[in-house]
Amino acid sequence: MLLEAKNIRFGYNKSKLVLDGVSLSVDAGERVALVGPSGCGKSTLSQILAGYMKPDSGAVLFDGKPLPKRGYCPVQLIYQHPEKAINPRWKLRDTLTEAWNPNAEFLDEMGIAPEWLDRYPTELSGGELQRFCVARALGPQTRFVIADEMSTMLDVITQAQIWELTLKTAERRNLGILAVTHSLELAERICNRVALFGDLR
Amino acid sequence: MSRRVMTIALIAAIVIIIAGVYIAGAAMNDASADFSQKSLSPSWEHPFGTDLLGRDMLTRTIKGLSLSLFVGLTASGVSAIIALIIGVCAAFGRGVIDHFVNWLIDLTMGIPHTLLVILISIAAGRGWRGLLIGIIFTHWTGLARIIRGEVLQIRSNHYIAAARKFGRSGWWIMSRHIVPHMLPQFFIGLILMFPHAIMHESGLTFLGFGMPPEQPAIGIILSEAMRYLSSGMWWLAIFPGLALVIMVVLIDKLGECVKLLLDPVSAQE
Amino acid sequence: MENEVVLSVSGLSVSFRMYTKGLERRELKVISNLNINVRKGEILAVAGSSGSGKSLLAHAILGILPKNAVVEGDIRYLGEPLTKKRVAKLRGGEIALVPQSVEYLDPLMKVGRQVSPDESAVEKVFARYKLDKSVGKLFPFQLSGGMMRRVLCATAVISGAKLIIADEPTPGMSKELADRAMKHFRDLANEGAAVILITHDIDLALGYTDRIAVFYAGTTVETALASDFDSEDKLRHPYTKALWRAIPKNGFRPTEGTQPYAGSLPDGCLFAPRCELKGEKCACGAIEPRNIRGGEVCCHYAA
Repeated sequence: MLLEAKNIRFGYNKSKLVLDGVSLSVDAGERVALVGPSGCGKSTLSQILAGYMKPDSGAVLFDGKPLPKRGYCPVQLIYQHPEKAINPRWKLRDTLTEAWNPNAEFLDEMGIAPEWLDRYPTELSGGELQRFCVARALGPQTRFVIADEMSTMLDVITQAQIWELTLKTAERRNLGILAVTHSLELAERICNRVALFGDLR
Repeated sequence: MSRRVMTIALIAAIVIIIAGVYIAGAAMNDASADFSQKSLSPSWEHPFGTDLLGRDMLTRTIKGLSLSLFVGLTASGVSAIIALIIGVCAAFGRGVIDHFVNWLIDLTMGIPHTLLVILISIAAGRGWRGLLIGIIFTHWTGLARIIRGEVLQIRSNHYIAAARKFGRSGWWIMSRHIVPHMLPQFFIGLILMFPHAIMHESGLTFLGFGMPPEQPAIGIILSEAMRYLSSGMWWLAIFPGLALVIMVVLIDKLGECVKLLLDPVSAQE
Repeated sequence: MENEVVLSVSGLSVSFRMYTKGLERRELKVISNLNINVRKGEILAVAGSSGSGKSLLAHAILGILPKNAVVEGDIRYLGEPLTKKRVAKLRGGEIALVPQSVEYLDPLMKVGRQVSPDESAVEKVFARYKLDKSVGKLFPFQLSGGMMRRVLCATAVISGAKLIIADEPTPGMSKELADRAMKHFRDLANEGAAVILITHDIDLALGYTDRIAVFYAGTTVETALASDFDSEDKLRHPYTKALWRAIPKNGFRPTEGTQPYAGSLPDGCLFAPRCELKGEKCACGAIEPRNIRGGEVCCHYAA
C-alpha cells in the first residue's frame, strides 16, 4: 500500500472526537474518492494524511514508513481555496518555483499561459490559481496527491478542466489520488473506488 | 488632485523639512557668545531672540532639534529592529520563548516609562549614550506585540504550511514569507515611535538625566529657560518649545500618511 | 399572466479605479452590459464562475460597493430607479441579503436579538425553520453551519423582504443540507418574494429555480428557463452549452480556454475566443439581448 491511515483518532478538544478510529489505504495508481457531508471530518483527515497535523493516536504510513518530517513531502495536499494557498504578495512564478522548476512543456499541459507567471494572485481567477496549485503539487518527487474539495469553488467547466489535467499526470506517473468531495456524481466521474466517510470506522 | 497625490506630496514636504533641519543643524557652527547682544527680545536679526550670553536662539534651536532628531532616529530605529526580532521570535518559538517575551513586555510596560528610561540611562553610564540605551530598551514593547500578533496570523496561512511540505526551511519561510509581509507594519511602527523617542529624550534632558549641559540639546535649552521665565524672557522657552512640538507633530503626520498609502484598504481611495 | 417585475437591471456596468504603478490610474471594467430581471414569486439563479461578477452584482444592487467603484446603467426596484438613498432605506427591510458566511453577523450579540428585537416574532420564525427557541440565546460562533444558514434565512423572512438576494448560500454543504437550504428559498418565493440566488453550483440550482441567468466575464450571456437545462439542444448560448457538457452527470467534458479577466477583455463577444460558432460579427461591439424560445441570449448565431 502506498498510503495508509491506521486507526486515526483526532479531536480539536478532549470531549469531542472528530475522527474516531478511521482507517483507509490507497495504492499507487489508485484513485479513491472520499465522500461525506460537510463537517464530518474529511478535511481534518486529509490534513492528517498529508502530514499537516498529527493525529492524537494512530499512524499514517507512506510506503510502510511514517511521513518525513523535513524535506519535500511525497504526499501533497491541494486545498479548496487556492487564494489562501498562495502568498498574495508573490508573483506566481515564485510561488511555482518554491516547490519545483517545471518546464514550459509541463506548464502548457497544465493550461498555464506563460504571461500568468509574471502576475500577482489578485490578477487571476480562482480557476487559474488552482491550476498553479495543482502544477505546484505535481513535482517530480510527489507520489501521492490529496485533493481536498479542490474544485468545489470552481464552475463546472473549470472543474472538468482541472480534473482532466490532474488525472492525466497522475496516470502517466502512476500517482495515488485521494479526492475528498461532497459530490457523489463527481466522485464517480474521477475515481475508480469510492469510500464513504461514514464507513471508514 | 487625488488623495494619493496629495498624500505623497505631504510626505515629501515633511521629509524635506525634517532633513533640512537636520542638515542645517549639523552644518552650523555653535552659536557663539556675544555679550554685546545679550538678552535681546526677538527681532529681524535674531528671530528667536538671544540668551544671557548673547547666543542666537534660532541657531541654538536648530542645533538642538538636529541633535534630537539624531537621537530619536537612532533610538527608534534600533528599538524597532529589536521589536521585529523579538516579535518574530516570540511568534515562531511559541512555548517557552513566547511566554518569556510576553512576560518581558508586561514587565517593561508595567514600570512607568519615564522612570524606567531614567533608571536604564543611569545604569548605562548617563550622558547621551545612557539616554540612547534607555530609550532603545523601553520603546520596543508595543511594536513587538503588534508584530507578534501579525506573525501568528500569517503563519497560520495555508501557503506557509504548503511551503514546509515543499521542503522549505523555517529560515526560508521567515525571510521570504513572513518578514516581507511585516515590513509595512515595521516602517509605520518605526515612524510613529520616532516622536515618542524625541519627546523622551528632551523630557529627560530637561529633568537633568539626559544630555550633558554642554550639548545644545532642546531639553537643556528649555531647562535653562525655565530659570529666566519669571524675569520676562519668554522667548527663551516659547520658540524652542514650539519648534519641538511642531517637529513631533510633523513626524506623527508623516507616519499617518505612510500608513494611508501602505494600508491596502485606504490605498485605492 | 406574469407577475410584476420586482427588480430589473439593464445595461449595468461596474468598473474600479485602480492604481497600477505609482500614480497611474486606470479603470478596470469588471461588469459590462449586464441585464437581469426578477419577478414576484420566482427564483432567478445567477450562475457563473468565480470572477464573473456575480457577487459584485449583489453589491451593486445593495449599494455597498467600495468607494473606488463606478456604476453605470439602470437598476429599478418596483419600476422606480433604485438610488443609493432609496436602497439604504430598503436594505434590511424590503430588500434583504442572505450573506455567504457567519462573518456578517455581530459576533458579540446573541443571534435571536440580531434576527429581530421582537422575541415572539423570532420564536415564530425559528419554529418554521425547526430551530429551537434556545438557539436565539446562542452566539454566532456556537452555531453549526446548517443552523447558521437557517438563522440567516430567518433574518430575511422576519423582515418581510420582497426581494431576497442570497450570495452563495450553499458551498461546502452536503447535498442534503444544500437541498434543504434551497427548499427554504423556494418557500420564500412561493410566498411572494422575489429571490436572486447567486451560485456557481448550477446543478443544485436547477431543481429549485425558475430561470437561470448565466454570467460570463461580467456580462449575462443567457437567461434560460430552468427546464432548458434538461438537454443541450434547448439551451441557446454556446457558453451555456459548454457549461452543460461539463456537469459531471452530463459527460464532464471540459471546454478549452479560460474566462478573460477584467482589463484584458476582448472586443465584442467575450466568449468568442473559445467559441465554436464564432463568426465575423462577433469581433465588434456589444451584443444586445435577443428573445429566443422564452429566454434571452446575447449571441448573433444562437438559434
